[in-house]
Amino acid sequence: MFSRRDIWIGLALVVAIVGVYLGSLALAPTGAEFLGSDAAAGELTGGVPWLEPLFRPGSPELESGLFALQAGLGGILLGFVLGRLTARRRS
Amino acid sequence: MHIAEGMLPPLHCAAWLAASTPFVVHGARAVLTTVREHPERKLILAAAGAFTLVVSALKLPSITGSSSHPTGTGLGAVLLRPPVMAFLGTLVLLFQATLLAHGGLTTLGANVFSMAIVGPWAAYGVYRAASRLSAPLWASVFLAMAVANIATYAVTSLQLALAYPDPTSGLGGALVKFLALFAVTQVPLAVAEGLLGVLLVGFLTRAARPELARLGLLKEDAGV
Repeated sequence: MFSRRDIWIGLALVVAIVGVYLGSLALAPTGAEFLGSDAAAGELTGGVPWLEPLFRPGSPELESGLFALQAGLGGILLGFVLGRLTARRRS
Repeated sequence: MHIAEGMLPPLHCAAWLAASTPFVVHGARAVLTTVREHPERKLILAAAGAFTLVVSALKLPSITGSSSHPTGTGLGAVLLRPPVMAFLGTLVLLFQATLLAHGGLTTLGANVFSMAIVGPWAAYGVYRAASRLSAPLWASVFLAMAVANIATYAVTSLQLALAYPDPTSGLGGALVKFLALFAVTQVPLAVAEGLLGVLLVGFLTRAARPELARLGLLKEDAGV
């Protein structure tokens, strides 16, 4: 189903994505903490929220874990779908 | 690009909710119609939703020293048309607002409008324009996905500027301020998102060629 050329193109795309990631890290200002731009925009408004979230993760680690959970759930579903499509095509 | 809970005035929250609701209802009907009338598209539908769920959870570093995340809504817009993404994007935003405290319920309408409505429609418009100019599929997909990302953040900037106009330079000054914050941060992320989209569509052109042909993305004998 996938030719050698397809695989090389796929690998090149993965390398390019990793390159963008590493390039961003390399070009960022020294000592950058990579805080979320959403939070930065919130601070820029100078506004005070009139309502707090119903649920707030207790720590940054828990928040990161929940984001990882979301990515994991999506990854499992995406992997399942791509696996089904591949298996169907082969059969 | 998610505006946090309580950060928009109540009147703005209500207005953005009112603006978004018809698109989301229409999107829900589009999803039901797709599932009922084209059951062979269920896997593509699931792939579009899963892709948005994955990439919108990835906080990536940017050259400005801050981090942000892709939106992933451009892919579904290209594959299944923008209304479908209005609904799927809303589900993702609801998940993040309730379980991750990312975004919020009061700002859901505004966030839906930027990420699940304007982003996908901008992506679809660019995809159609590029296709009409006979651009190859990979280039059309790349541009569509990158533009979905940038358009989402541009609308978020407008929403924030409307809520928080600059005391001296007004709406225009505030818009420039927020665009300046997001624009440079988002460019590398938009590029990465475009590359991810090309990777996934390239896979789908091999694994789901009949579905993509029926969706009008490629001819049975065409390449990427």
